[in-house]
Amino acid sequence: MRIHFKTSYAHDIRLFPDRWTLSIYGSLLVLAFALPYLLDEFFLGEVTNVLIWAIAGLGLMLLTGQTGQASLGHAAFLAIGCYANTILIEQGVPFIIAFPLAGILTGLIGVIIAIPVLRLHGIYLAIATIALSVLADDIIVLTEHWSGGVSGKFPEMITIFGFEIERWSMPSRFYYLVLVVTIICTLFYRNLLRSPLGRAFAAVRDSEVSATAMGVHIARTKGKAFGLSCMITGWAGALMGYYAGTFNNETFSLVISITLLMMIVIGGLGSIHGAFFGAVVVAFLPQALSILKDNVVGSGVAIPGLETGVFGMILILFILFEPMGIYGRWLKIRTWFELFPFARKDMFRRQKSYLKTERLR
Amino acid sequence: MEVLQLLVSGLANGCVYGLIALGFVLIYKATEAVNFAQGDFMMIGAFVSLGLTNAEYMDLPFWIAAPLAISIMAVFGYLLDLFVLRHLFGQSQTAVVILTIAMGFVLRFVAGLIWGHEPQTLESPLALGDLQLGGVVLGMADVAIIIVTFLMTFFLYQFFQRTKLGLAMQAASQNQMAAYFMGIPVKRVQGLVWGLSGATAAVAGILFASKGAIDPNAGLLGIKAFAAAVIGGFGSLPGALAGGLIVGVIEPFAARYLAAGYSQIAPYALLLAVLVFRPHGLFSQVRVKKV
Repeated sequence: MRIHFKTSYAHDIRLFPDRWTLSIYGSLLVLAFALPYLLDEFFLGEVTNVLIWAIAGLGLMLLTGQTGQASLGHAAFLAIGCYANTILIEQGVPFIIAFPLAGILTGLIGVIIAIPVLRLHGIYLAIATIALSVLADDIIVLTEHWSGGVSGKFPEMITIFGFEIERWSMPSRFYYLVLVVTIICTLFYRNLLRSPLGRAFAAVRDSEVSATAMGVHIARTKGKAFGLSCMITGWAGALMGYYAGTFNNETFSLVISITLLMMIVIGGLGSIHGAFFGAVVVAFLPQALSILKDNVVGSGVAIPGLETGVFGMILILFILFEPMGIYGRWLKIRTWFELFPFARKDMFRRQKSYLKTERLR
Repeated sequence: MEVLQLLVSGLANGCVYGLIALGFVLIYKATEAVNFAQGDFMMIGAFVSLGLTNAEYMDLPFWIAAPLAISIMAVFGYLLDLFVLRHLFGQSQTAVVILTIAMGFVLRFVAGLIWGHEPQTLESPLALGDLQLGGVVLGMADVAIIIVTFLMTFFLYQFFQRTKLGLAMQAASQNQMAAYFMGIPVKRVQGLVWGLSGATAAVAGILFASKGAIDPNAGLLGIKAFAAAVIGGFGSLPGALAGGLIVGVIEPFAARYLAAGYSQIAPYALLLAVLVFRPHGLFSQVRVKKV
């Protein structure tokens, strides 16, 4: 068991609490950079997919896990990021400028949408964001002139100062690009949590009344959370466009929005690890299922809706038995070992709560 | 005359949305949670009645099969609450939202396994014939839908306003702890309302399947029913019906008079507009608490 004696504020907000944690994450980073030499191209592509989903998960995690606002419309922001990036590059803007700009643009649009939408609470917010996600599809078709509508678009090859990156012909270069973006986004998220704004997010999530009492401006904080969340999601969207190689109005559908939300719930709400764990589940589940199906019923037999059905069942089991997700389970196991033999069963029990209506406030 | 025809067909569609929205509102009124799988409940209800009625399955007479399907769905709703949702008692709404979305996935998958993915129609005595009223053509199924929906709304409204159980449900949602103190068995009351909403979904499903073909994805209609419930104001039964009718009527008019592509946006645009300008719906139930 490791005990941290915190003697100053700087101690309290350190990125890594001790050398051990630092060395673990350091070796993880080294492993991530060495991965193209260890895996073949197919699996490298899959890992790239995991990382892209993880970035999108981080984006939604900031809003849902950190600020407590459930959004079922984040596919719309994936779409905005993807289209913004592709259109900017088509206009002759170099990738190194277009890519960050696409995220910032998505963030700005997110803030504009957030102003009316974030006045809503709980389910109303969820429904408004569903409407956004449905509308995004139709709006892409209507703005066919720029977006290519139903026939879709193909992102051009990425060039950074003459250095070419393409998903299919050079998977390891694309992997490094995604890895760098992932690291930047993770560090950004982690540092945000240490800043006053990050604490304000958590305060809004835990109790709006007490947050107001502590001097947090609720609407403004939610708006910022929405904007930053959309920015990260926009980057993920742009990368998703490159990964898919082609996209149209149906690529970023409501199902993607829902998958994204379920992903962070399975991973564990409110933690960076959760976004990554969830991404692993979402990215590898289809492969695992198809391998399992081939072994059980034989290949060639198609079971439509199998993926979403199994995904739904996994999710139900998680919400019933492990609401804190994979990361929550991992924390419990770790605590058990760290405190051995003093861990008690009730250490993670939640306080009993009773619901009150939202209609009287 | 064309306007009238559009209006009438819109009303019939709107009643289906209204019926699904009634299911949302029932559960919201009594448990303060939203069942995102209500559309899929309707789909399951439709398939159960289809499985009981149609010749290639059980081949029961419709008038026996329909009440049977409704009771099966009521039991299904109650059991679902007993075994799944009761575990979430006292947790945040978001958890219930995510759980019911996942449930929708599973229901769609199960329905696909049992009844296949081909669209099927219910062999319903309601589906026969049209009614001619001074140039306006109205299917018998549409007439049945409109009548049943209005009756259901009326009776459910009376149920919530007048009966002891209905009042207990409202109390349970307003303040669970206080309801416990008043001797209301909150958990059982919540189970009953899930059963009730299952029955409502079965009625909606039977009527919907009499009107047209259903397949496992028919539950996605639930999204439009959401728009209906929100426009009406979650928590108000007549509001849900009104919202359903508004959405139902807007659709054919938008399809007729707006350019292609803009018409399917109309219900959602209306939804967003209502949320922005009257965040708690047209028949708002939100009141500021006075001390």
